[in-house]
Amino acid sequence: MSGATTTLSAGMLDQADAYLAGFEAVEKRWAGAPGWLRELRRGAMARFTELGFPTGKLEEWKFTSVAPIARTRFRLAEPDSGTAFQHRLEACATAGAIPAGAPRIVFLNGRYSQAQSNLGGLPQGVRVGSLAEFLKNGRAEEHLARYAAWREEAFVALNTALAEDGAFIEISRGTVLREPIYVVFCSTPSGEPAMSHPRNLILAGEASQAAIVEVYAGDAGGNYFTNAVTELAAGETAVIEHYKLQQESPEAFHVATLQVRQQRSSNFAAHYVSLGGALVRNNVNAVLDGDGAQCTLNGLYLAGGRQHVDNHTVLDHAKPHCGSREYYKGILDGRSTAVFNGGIVVRKDAQKTDAIQSNKNLLLSRDAVINTKPQLQIWADDVRCTHGATIGQLDSEALFYLRSRGIGHDEARHLLTFAFANDVLGRMKLEELRAHLERQMFARLSKSSDK
Amino acid sequence: MLEITNLHAKVEDNEILRGIDLKVNAGEVHAIMGPNGSGKSTLAGVLAGRPIYEVTAGGVTYDGKDLLGLSPEDRAREGLFLAFQYPVEIPGVSNMYFLRSALNTVRRHRGLDELDAMDFLRMVRGKMKLLGMDESLMNRSVNEGFSGGEKKRNEIFQMAVLEPRLAILDETDSGLDIDALKVVAEGVNALRAPQRAIIVVTHYQRLLNYIVPDFVHVLYNGRIMKSGDRQLALELEQKGYGWLGIPNGTLSPAAVAGGESVLAR
Repeated sequence: MSGATTTLSAGMLDQADAYLAGFEAVEKRWAGAPGWLRELRRGAMARFTELGFPTGKLEEWKFTSVAPIARTRFRLAEPDSGTAFQHRLEACATAGAIPAGAPRIVFLNGRYSQAQSNLGGLPQGVRVGSLAEFLKNGRAEEHLARYAAWREEAFVALNTALAEDGAFIEISRGTVLREPIYVVFCSTPSGEPAMSHPRNLILAGEASQAAIVEVYAGDAGGNYFTNAVTELAAGETAVIEHYKLQQESPEAFHVATLQVRQQRSSNFAAHYVSLGGALVRNNVNAVLDGDGAQCTLNGLYLAGGRQHVDNHTVLDHAKPHCGSREYYKGILDGRSTAVFNGGIVVRKDAQKTDAIQSNKNLLLSRDAVINTKPQLQIWADDVRCTHGATIGQLDSEALFYLRSRGIGHDEARHLLTFAFANDVLGRMKLEELRAHLERQMFARLSKSSDK
Repeated sequence: MLEITNLHAKVEDNEILRGIDLKVNAGEVHAIMGPNGSGKSTLAGVLAGRPIYEVTAGGVTYDGKDLLGLSPEDRAREGLFLAFQYPVEIPGVSNMYFLRSALNTVRRHRGLDELDAMDFLRMVRGKMKLLGMDESLMNRSVNEGFSGGEKKRNEIFQMAVLEPRLAILDETDSGLDIDALKVVAEGVNALRAPQRAIIVVTHYQRLLNYIVPDFVHVLYNGRIMKSGDRQLALELEQKGYGWLGIPNGTLSPAAVAGGESVLAR
């Protein structure tokens, strides 16, 4: 790790032994794992140590400081006795995030909980289970860490080294799932800062169809760090919707990467909603790696107080005739800050690429800050790529119009704010989830106007 | 019902209203005419509570209450309605949701039960028909993608639903062809009632052929310079504003000072 130590901050060095101690514990627990897996972990840990936590000197981290993560001494989260967790899960279910009876796989502090999961009624052709189990069976080698860039990304490397569990979902060829599968990660606060590294692997076979909803939730008061990675491979003509609802505790750190590989004529949509957390970084990367693949990234981020939310996306058009649509909207209040960085890469052979990107932001306070940046790299010559970003406040004329009809000032503000987000929610096909999000938004908005 | 006394108002540093006196009783229809920049829209805006205007002197009472002390929403709940010269587009809010929220707020204020979606639809159906509006408009976003005529009709439709006691129509005729003008006028006339007053703000006499006013006032340079009955409007039509010593086709000092450009937003 010579040379690379230059990128380590002093804070990082202080805490390096915490990660190494964690890694040693993981190695010990997985002493009987297949050789390739142990090698992968060791390589990833070495890579993380070389890279260190990213600093503001790196272009991709210019506006997001992970110093609060780097200087905290996190221990790998312990399995919980289950009572607090039960409470949290019920809270999620009651709030409507997870419909009662829906197929779900549940993780507590990063570990699979069979008791809380509901995998009974899954149809033929679908396998849902704990990744830990799947890793022991051995067939994971073909897919695990084959998509996410652990050699380049420190957080992905850290996850690859320390991940012990997550969801494994396999939808076999031609299988059409009518009901969404919920993947739920609950974190419960404990005395000291805890971290978990969920790792999900989703394999969607040729011509399969499914919706998967990842939910991250945690109790208030929880100073913890979630570092999640999801790898998703969509086979030819597969139609996959991936939802992520981030509702972590207001004190939590949340870093997550979704890495998607799409094959020919597959259709993938990611719907990402970020509500919670103190410091949040979402990376969504899709490689359109087959002719005619279609990808939609639909995102909404709400931040208030001193929250920081960073959404980095990369749409990598690697083959011809692919289309991508990206719509991200942010609503920022208080002293919150947000980042949107939308990368579009069009490779030399990816002729007839059709990419549209849009990022719109609504600032509800004078002190909120947004940094938005499109990042286009186009190597092909017959393509259409458009991008646009806006930053604005509530329209005072529209506000007056609503008030002139008798609608109160606060309600009018809520209505306009809600209307701003409405098209993002409208693209989500899961009605129950949409209704849940609408309730969440209204609750958030009325809370902010009480201040 | 409405009594305006020595009303002065400004936008930033431009004084636009320079002492308006006007009394409107229930059951009456008043037309306020005047060239561009005379202060017509400012007067309408001040009455409805548009935040951009600052009242510097004078006062307005409405049913004996201090109108200027009320928020825009409270004025609406008390039965005041402004039909906008430039109705605002609100993407993401359906006409249906918007108008039902507005109506229910007003109904709550009047001590009436709120209407659910079904009752609401039943109630508005006839009024949509009166204004020749397609029902599909209810599910579209407020004014979004509406033609100029549809927007104006939507204003009058809202008025018909909210049943105000004092309606102020700000250049509702501008940009309408004769057929649309007749439809809009019919909608307004249907609302004429002994307990209701209407103020029609317009540049042209044409609208007054269809909405026949009881009183006509000519506004110029922030003051009412002449009042009369319908005859006054007809005379103005024949002789032009020049007849009253108002330079035709030129802007008044208030407009030159920036008044009209603010109004036009």
